[in-house]
Amino acid sequence: MTRALTLTLLLIAALAAVAPLGAAPVSEETVHEIGGQLRCVVCQSLSVADSPSETANQMRGIIRERLAAGDSPEQVKAYFVEKYGLWILLSPPRQGFNLLVWVVPFVALGAGLVLVLLLVRRWSRRAAQSNPGPAPDAAMRARIQREMAEREP
Amino acid sequence: MSARALRWAIPLAVVPVLALLAYGFRTDPRDIPSPLLGKPASPFALTAFDGKPVSLDALRGKVVVVNFWASWCVPACYDEAPSLERAWQAYRERGVVLIGVNIQDKEEPARRFLAQFRHTFPNAPDPSGRVSVDYGVYGVPETFFIDRQGRVRFKQVGAVTDELLKLQVEKLLAEPA
Repeated sequence: MTRALTLTLLLIAALAAVAPLGAAPVSEETVHEIGGQLRCVVCQSLSVADSPSETANQMRGIIRERLAAGDSPEQVKAYFVEKYGLWILLSPPRQGFNLLVWVVPFVALGAGLVLVLLLVRRWSRRAAQSNPGPAPDAAMRARIQREMAEREP
Repeated sequence: MSARALRWAIPLAVVPVLALLAYGFRTDPRDIPSPLLGKPASPFALTAFDGKPVSLDALRGKVVVVNFWASWCVPACYDEAPSLERAWQAYRERGVVLIGVNIQDKEEPARRFLAQFRHTFPNAPDPSGRVSVDYGVYGVPETFFIDRQGRVRFKQVGAVTDELLKLQVEKLLAEPA
């Protein structure tokens, strides 16, 4: 009994030691996820994951191969960036000059909202202030009534 | 904000947008600077169409021109093909090696292309696409000029001409070995 337990434990220990060395199966999900962030180089605005082209197929093969060799998804992406530059990434990284792309739309939206608010306030103030002119005096009122009476059949 | 300032502010807001569009539309989106310039060229070992091995490692100390092409690449690859063969004939004695890498192609039309232009420099297919990704190739034709130290020094996107080949090769040949 004790021997069996020892053997089992030894076996588990051996497996645990070997496991990281053996080729871990590459999940197609990971390949798809990395491919989704990379630009298919021969396409217009298509990711490597979505393009049916032969080149994208080859790029998926390279992603698979690198993952199987033990690269992390970040390392795989870094490999493509090293060869193609940041252009290969479908979304620009949020740093440096690229930050503008992420920030400007929100800044513009905020500025637009402020502008609209300011305008609306000005218009409503002007409408409140606008002067309807002096009220008609007694003579004018009498004249209005007389003229209206004349028009009636 | 005074009424007069506002009257100017609204049309003026268009200016930065126009400037951005003017910049954007006058920039060629296909003109992407290669991050590989000045860096060591990735080694590769391929098997040429004639069965001989083609490897970059064996060529250290020589000026190497690597041309990526495909038989379906009309007309650019067809336009540049005679210039490539002429450059090979002119410079092979002076320590320049020209290598053609056939990418995204089928074997039969690729062989027809080589026969049509009677190319005598080594040409090899890259069936896995690994070499073309290693060189950051995104279309054909693309041509890389590698100096004697094995660094990528110039990348031509689109067809090469006699003048361009001469200019770049002479420049690298003039450098001390």
